[in-house]
Amino acid sequence: MSKYTEDDLREELKTKEYEYGFYTDIQSETFPVGLNEDIVRAISKKKEEPEWMTEWRLESFKIWKEMVEPEWANVHYQKPDFQAISYYSAPNSKPKYDSLDEVDPELLATFDKLGISLDEQKKLAGVAMDVVVDSVSVATTFKKTLAEKGIIFMSISEAIKEHPELVKKYIGTVVPQKDNFYAALNSAVFSDGSFCYIPKGVRCPMELSTYFRINQAGTGQFERTLVIADEGSYVSYLEGCTAPMRDENQLHAAVVELIALDDAEIKYSTVQNWYPGNAEGKGGVYNFVTKRGLCEKNAKISWTQVETGSAVTWKYPSCVLKGDNSVGEFYSIAVTNNYQQADTGTKMIHLGNNTKSTIISKGISAGKSQNSYRGLVQVSSRAENARNFSQCDSLLMGNECGAHTFPYIEAKNKSAKIEHEATTSKIGEDQIFYCNQRGIDTEKAIALIVNGFSKEVLNKLPMEFAVEAQKLLEISLEGSVG
Amino acid sequence: MLKINNLHASVEDKAILRGINLEVKPGEVHAIMGPNGSGKSTLASVIAGKEEYDVEEGEILLEGENIDDLAAEERAHKGIFLSFQYPVEIPGVSVTNFIKTAINETRKAKGLDDMPANEMLKLIREKSELLEIDRKFLSRSLNEGFSGGEKKRNEIFQMAMLEPKLAILDETDSGLDIDALRIVANGVNKLKSKDNAVIVITHYQRLLDYIVPDFVHVLHNGRIVKSGPKELAHELEEKGYDWIKEEVNA
Ligand SMILES: Nc1ncnc2c1ncn2[C@@H]1O[C@H](COP(=O)(O)OP(=O)(O)O)[C@@H](O)[C@H]1O
Ligand SMILES: [Mg+2]
Repeated sequence: MSKYTEDDLREELKTKEYEYGFYTDIQSETFPVGLNEDIVRAISKKKEEPEWMTEWRLESFKIWKEMVEPEWANVHYQKPDFQAISYYSAPNSKPKYDSLDEVDPELLATFDKLGISLDEQKKLAGVAMDVVVDSVSVATTFKKTLAEKGIIFMSISEAIKEHPELVKKYIGTVVPQKDNFYAALNSAVFSDGSFCYIPKGVRCPMELSTYFRINQAGTGQFERTLVIADEGSYVSYLEGCTAPMRDENQLHAAVVELIALDDAEIKYSTVQNWYPGNAEGKGGVYNFVTKRGLCEKNAKISWTQVETGSAVTWKYPSCVLKGDNSVGEFYSIAVTNNYQQADTGTKMIHLGNNTKSTIISKGISAGKSQNSYRGLVQVSSRAENARNFSQCDSLLMGNECGAHTFPYIEAKNKSAKIEHEATTSKIGEDQIFYCNQRGIDTEKAIALIVNGFSKEVLNKLPMEFAVEAQKLLEISLEGSVG
Repeated sequence: MLKINNLHASVEDKAILRGINLEVKPGEVHAIMGPNGSGKSTLASVIAGKEEYDVEEGEILLEGENIDDLAAEERAHKGIFLSFQYPVEIPGVSVTNFIKTAINETRKAKGLDDMPANEMLKLIREKSELLEIDRKFLSRSLNEGFSGGEKKRNEIFQMAMLEPKLAILDETDSGLDIDALRIVANGVNKLKSKDNAVIVITHYQRLLDYIVPDFVHVLHNGRIVKSGPKELAHELEEKGYDWIKEEVNA
């Protein structure tokens, strides 16, 4: 018996519990809660950072103290108490491993539960992993292969020590400390993250991949990522996230900066499935992320994201198209269920001549969730022949969820050509029955329809990621029927 | 194969089927005709297990087994196929991907592994040739932007792929030009055997010239009011339905 009605669908969607909700007991060293100059200094000291970095953090802290949390997004939540969070947590035993045997078995068990055993990942064609567990990098693979090409791929803490000239030159150039409240906070207290540099003319031979996890109860996570593609180089970067189930809300405020120099190309793909909270809307991760890329002449940056997790998402991966003929792309799938709220989109800032941007956004809302697309296309007065195409599609399941589209266009040059299309549709009982009649049960039918709806974006993901993304879409939307 | 006893069904408290009796044996072709709104599509949907309709009385037996409590997909797994009068669109899902999923889900229900890719390809090639379907058509999104005729041809293609025991064709002829009608009818006939059965729902004699029925039933106000041999279809074509309505009311 599994006769399908809209009510059943709603019921079904509610009952899907978070599959990755478990908590790994790795011994951690955690700072006392609260934030002040001493804590900022202590973080910097703990990480054995040079003086300039400490100063940069302190300056950011001063800026942050003067700022207020933004309220313009279409999300409602209890604001975090920033003095009740611990700003540093590191796994206690943190040697660098040469082989998997040396890795903490608890950690490996965690990966097993996630279905991302390092072993399997290694076998996957050319995926190097820099695994970030609770803010500190504990395993790096494929480093040698990359080193041969002169590619630098390491934690940002290491990079600050080993390549200070690169970090100093680029950090904060795309996302300045004062950019916004969360970016300022991140700049002051960022714990770790990834650093990547591709030398001139080099095509990175493998997908670079990082898995983030928030692990220790009550520790916010402040990742900092910096990717620099030097002239004529190419890199595809994958970022995937899962978080264990926690009752109190966890704050995540990452900053990602991409720099594509002349003729370079960066593809940045994210799959995010942090704990969204339970069916009553309790718990879940607050995800306030600042992601931005800078394109020099003829450069190209593509952001592709599959967002299925977090209780509250505030995220606008953007491109500054500074160089002539540069190209920015944003492909997004955002799924919200139960009481999740997502306000996500992009900003395309056209500064150079003949710059082009494409925005494809697919929002899927179920339960009582709210899903907003917020996009800005800005063309400066000096940018001749700018082009933008935006398409925002929303898919609704049931009658209690909401989909909202906020497209902003600011074109100051008459030669700009900007196109915007938007559609809203609903999964219909007729579609489900049609599938059922062909032997496809309701759960599979929803997956099929959602995958079809998201296809244009899924197609942009690297193969191994696309498979995981499809699985995630199913996990976040399907009930436990049968 | 199929036995329907005193079937009553309603939607939102409105009675639509009001005591249907029908028996279809293996190897037979039955035609169901009747004026618009008489309940033909509803009967097809109820047999296929659409839960929107409440079955208030009576029973449906498939090969002797009562299927009233089976979900639509379980009925499909048992070999019931419905060619829809109005096939729905599923954007972004190709014809190939859809039929592949349908076949593998049906196999899974029977405890079988997925059909090997080369076997699937061979089957697709064979059936698309049978129905003179262009290969490019197979990569298009299911029913999205299809012409009326393309939709119907696609339904019969799926039927050919799934090889059902009982196929119900709901106004498959509408929207087909005469050449397409011949191709589709020819396809249906090639798939016929002594072990399967077909119920053809239609308004017109036209299709029945190609798919020749063993029995013709006339549905009126939710009841089968007249049954007869294939000649009954000719009579209906000539005289319309009014004389039957009068007969019933008399
Ligand atoms: N889902 C429904 N909701 C309300 N009325 C319906 C529904 N389905 C069918 N009906 C009504 O039942 C009657 C029979 O419809 P249908 O089975 O489609 O007839 P036919 O296929 O013979 O033209 C019509 O009056 C139609 O309006
Ligand atoms: Mg009908």
